Parts: sequence; C-alpha cells; structure tokens
Amino acid sequence: MTSARDQILGSIRKSLGRDALGGEAAAALRQRLASPARNLIPDRTAGLDDSGLVRQLVTKLGEAACTVDEVASLDEVPGRIAAWLQRENLPARLVQAPVLQGGLDWSKTPTLEVKTGTADGSEDTSVTPVFAAVSETGTLMLQSDVATPTGLNFLPENHIAVVRRSQVVGPLEDAWARLRSARAGAEGGGHTMPRTVNLITGPSRTGDIEQKIQMGAHGPRRLHVIVVDG
Amino acid sequence: MQSTSHSFKQNAHHALNDATLQRALGNIKTGFQEKRRQVIEALPEFESLRDAGRDIKNHTLANLDFYLERFEENVVANGGVVHWCRTPAEARETILAICRRRNAKTVTKGKSMVAEEIGLNQYLEANAIEPVETDLGEYIIQLRNEPPSHIIAPAIHVTREQIADDFRRHHADLDPNRRLEEPRDFTDEARAKLRDRYFQADVGITGANFLIAETGSTVIVTNEGNGDMTQLLGKAHVVVASLEKVVPTLDDAATILRLLARSATGQEMSVYTTFSTGPRRAEDLDGPEEFHVVLLDNGRSAMLGTEFQDMLRCIRCAACMNHCPVYAAVGGHAYGWVYPGPMGAVLTPSLIGIEEAGHLPNASTFCGRCESVCPMRIPLPKMMRHYRTREFERGLAPPKAKAGLKLWAFLATRPTLYRALTGMAARVLGAFGRRAGRFRSLPLAGGWTGVRDMPAPEGRTFHALWAERRAAR
Repeated sequence: MTSARDQILGSIRKSLGRDALGGEAAAALRQRLASPARNLIPDRTAGLDDSGLVRQLVTKLGEAACTVDEVASLDEVPGRIAAWLQRENLPARLVQAPVLQGGLDWSKTPTLEVKTGTADGSEDTSVTPVFAAVSETGTLMLQSDVATPTGLNFLPENHIAVVRRSQVVGPLEDAWARLRSARAGAEGGGHTMPRTVNLITGPSRTGDIEQKIQMGAHGPRRLHVIVVDG
Repeated sequence: MQSTSHSFKQNAHHALNDATLQRALGNIKTGFQEKRRQVIEALPEFESLRDAGRDIKNHTLANLDFYLERFEENVVANGGVVHWCRTPAEARETILAICRRRNAKTVTKGKSMVAEEIGLNQYLEANAIEPVETDLGEYIIQLRNEPPSHIIAPAIHVTREQIADDFRRHHADLDPNRRLEEPRDFTDEARAKLRDRYFQADVGITGANFLIAETGSTVIVTNEGNGDMTQLLGKAHVVVASLEKVVPTLDDAATILRLLARSATGQEMSVYTTFSTGPRRAEDLDGPEEFHVVLLDNGRSAMLGTEFQDMLRCIRCAACMNHCPVYAAVGGHAYGWVYPGPMGAVLTPSLIGIEEAGHLPNASTFCGRCESVCPMRIPLPKMMRHYRTREFERGLAPPKAKAGLKLWAFLATRPTLYRALTGMAARVLGAFGRRAGRFRSLPLAGGWTGVRDMPAPEGRTFHALWAERRAAR
C-alpha cells in the first residue's frame, strides 16, 4: 500500500504530466533555494543613507501607530523608559529580555522595578531588543532565543523595543540577508532559522467589530520604539 | 463543513431580505475598498509586484512536488513532522491523534480556513475536545454557532447589537448591566476572556499563509496576535495548511507579503507576520514542545494541469469578495460552504464538485472587478465561464435555462429569422413602452422584472442601427 505522501506526490506529478524531477532540472531548483535571488524591490528605500533610513523608519513606525523616541546612546534608555511609563500613567515595573541584562544600566532609575526573563502574563510592560528594523514599512524583526524569548513580544500590554541605528535596513530582503548570515555562523546551532521570527508592524489591533479598528486585541496595546544612535 | 451551496438561490433570496445583514454588509466599502485604494496609490511598483507574485506562484506550482519535498526535509531537520493528508477525514484524524497523545482537553485555534474546510471544530467536539477560537471574529461566530462569512473578516455579517446579546448570554459570570456598546467594550471583554484559555490549552492550532521550502518554516499573518499566543502557549503547535501554500524562499515570501496586506486590509504590512520553524529549542524559555504540519491535498493536486490551476495561486486576501457586487448584496453565508465570493465561486466547485456547487459560478455579473483587484492576477471570470460550460455540457443546468439556450441557439444560427424576430420585438416593445420608458412586468421575463424594471427599447435593434451607419459612411 502506498502512503498518503506518495499518493499526493504521485497525483501532483500525474497532473503535471511528468515524473519526479532529476538531473539538471532538480539541480537548478536546488540552486534557487541555496542562493535565493531577490525579486522586484520597491524603490522606496533605494539610495537612502543611514540617517535617511532612520528617518524613513520613524515615519513608517508612526504610520503603524507606534510611538517613537530617539536617543543618543544606550545610557539614556532607562531614563527615557521611566519617563515614558510615567507619561502614559503606567506602573513603574517591567520585564526585560535577558540579553539586555548588563547592557541597560537601571541604577539611575531606582523607582523602576526591573525583572529579567520571559513574560508569564502578569507583567504590564516588556523591554526587548530587535534583530533588525525594516524601514520600508516600519517593521521590527525579532527572533526567539534563550536571551530573547518570544513571550515578551505578545503577553504584556505594553512593549518597548530598543532599535540600534546599525540594525536599521531598507527592504525586508536586507533583514533576511542579515539573518541568513547570522545563522550561518556558530549561533545557528545547525538550524536554518530560530524557532520564531516575528515581523511586527505596530501594536496589536482588530477590526472585527463592525470594521472599527481597536488597538490591543490580544497582543500589546502600545508599541513604543526607542531608536538609539550608534 | 456541510455544504448548502446547492441552495444558493434560496440562500441569496433570504440574505437580500435580511435587514440586519444588509446593514452589516454596508461596512465593506469604506472598510476595505477605500483603504486598499489608498495604500496601493502609495506604492508605484504595485502592478509590477503583481506580475512578480504571479510568476513566483506559477513557478512553484510547476515544481510543486519538488518544493513540498524540500519543505518537508527542512521541517524534519528542525525537529518537526509533516503529515501528508489526502482528505479532510485524514487531516481530522491526524490532528485528533496528536491531541489524544497529549491528553488534550482544550485546544486554542488561530484563524484557519483549511480548518473550516475539514470541519475540525465539530469533529474535535464530537471527540470530547474543546476547540477555542481566538481570533475575535472567529470567537464571535463560534459563540453564535455559525460558519465564517468572509475569509479575513469572519464576523462581518454581525452587528454590534447582536454581539452584545451573544456576549451577555455566554459570559454569564460578568455583571449583566455592564456596558457593551463601543467596539472597545467588546475587544476588552474578549481579550480578558481568552487570556486564560491560551494558558490552559494543551495544543495550539494555526493555519498558514505560506510554507517556506528553503527553511521549513510556516508563516501566519495576523493583526491581533492571537495566532502567536496560540502557538507560543500551547504545548504542541499544529499547523494545518493546504499544499499550494508553499513558496520557495524567504525572498519570495517577502514579495508576496507586499501584495497580501495591501490587497486584504489596505495595510502595508499586517501587524504580525510570524515564521515558525520546528519546536522550541532546548535552551529556549518559551515555545511549543512539538511542531506538526498537517498538509492537506483535498483535490488540489488534481487541479494542476487543468484550466483551474491558476486558482491555486490564491493567497486568500479577500480583495475579490471585497469588490464583488454579488458578495456585497448577499454576504458570504449564501455561498453555502467555506469559501465565498468570486474565489469561492471557483474553488468550491473544484473541491466539492460542480453537482453541489454549480450555482456559484453563475453568481456573477462578469463585471470583472475581482480579476482587476486580484493581486495574483487570477482570471476568476474566465474560470467561472469554464464551470458554466461544464455545467451545461454535463446537463446540470436547469431545464428552463437549457430550453432557453436551445431556442436562442436555433435563432442565432439563422440570421434572417433572428433579425426579423428581434426587429419585430423591438418595434412592439418600443411602441408599448414609449410613454413610461420602462416595463414593470413582461411575459417570460419575470425573473428580471420581479426585482427591477426593464427599460423600453427605442424601436430599432442594434443590428439595424449598425447596418444603417455602415451604409451611410
């Protein structure tokens, strides 16, 4: 008895009027997968320099209903976060991604209660890094890892993402290129991709009640992005 | 899902007389059409991207077996499993077996049209497993025990007054006098109610917008984040997807993503586009312990190589139904099965047979808007015409239509007789209708005049006028 798998593949081949691909045809397709070519990419970010990309990112983040803060260095981030929480009337506590531990110095914001790890649903606010920021559409790319757990991106009501200027790219394809080269190194551990790659464009929303857009359907109501120069 | 597509005429009649439904359907124009137009105007390359998207899918379909095998290899290399299923029954049984092995009591579900296609919820319930829909629209219609009426806005046929009644009935533990008026009230209540369900769930089931052969990833595109919570918090992640969802590379997905959200909701990108590859890694702090892809054929492999192959390019954006005058008039339930609108009028007879769904390809004015907005350039009207031809050839058309066509064919192949008869009809109707300019009723045309007036001809046929002008030149 042939398996469902063989029957489905057989049915596909019968409909296409050929046998399984072999030889040169298969080699050409393997090559297409091994070194992925780019298709048409919109001109929108072509020719932009670093600061042009950052400007485009900030504009697009705003269109996607994010709030944006720009700071000169990482040292300023904790203070700006404390101020933002206060301005938004949010509790002075947060959970940060393990990878940020040591990188962000919270000693100057002693009123903030800072926890490190993933989220369990009880936290109001998370702080995470990003892997890349796509200025074409204001999209943040985040990857799962022991030091960047995915729960932080979805469970708290408020998500603060810290973007380094060097992480800002033009089109999505540039972010894929960076991810592929990062995975090709030791970091990949033999996996072509992290378990989860999230492309996030703005805070969670729904239009399911009479097509009126509401923020905070299941994921964060607010997405605040801090762009760090350098 | 049990089909009522054979009753399309009665379904449509019922829908047209449903005042609440008509009010709900009024939201489509501003909600979808206008936003799509604006976002596309802001991207000069949109038309060229449509060509690129079409070409990627055509290439993939021509090599579908190859790319599915590579996809499977890469899922397995990352610790996941692919379950090949020929039929809805095989897919349901596969999913049940996974749930049983995990001793699952409840499963959370992200939005999936393929799960509707295989009737998953009813099947799980019949086997004592509770499915919990987590997309807000899907949650609402689950409470109402209804199927979705739109592929990306499943509760588009429901008004907020109806939802308020449903929430009060099902959320009986909450204050009965609470306010349920503004969209915010409903969103907050559903958010709170569903939060616990994510954590309780043993298995999380999502659909897939894409399968990536290069990496063995499955991709979901959502705005709410419900599909992400579903797969993050379930102990096992089951992806149910039909086999034409595969694309070769991440770059190919990037191209089609530029078309998808713009065509669907008028966004440049949906809020969450998530690539899932295998189960959680040993060192990860969260994520599912198992990763299963249930890959469904259900007749699609047989569509390859036929005049309906192009339908397999569909990315389920819903632009066709958002711009369809027939869909806007009758809503999605009238179509009687899972997929409504123009894409449903082609896909439904392909998947469940023309005997059951032969009415659907007739539910079109052939205005062509569906094809003009389809991001994958699927020739939907042409394929509906193919189905009409098939229906006629197989003798499935109603006797009256067959008799009418036979009579017309008889006349049309006898030009002298045809001209004489139509000339006479135009003169007689023109004379009788001159005063009013239209007819409220006409013998043999009750189907037309029952819902609208027939304009009176001006006394001459097109043929006659044409011949006169040619002679005058």
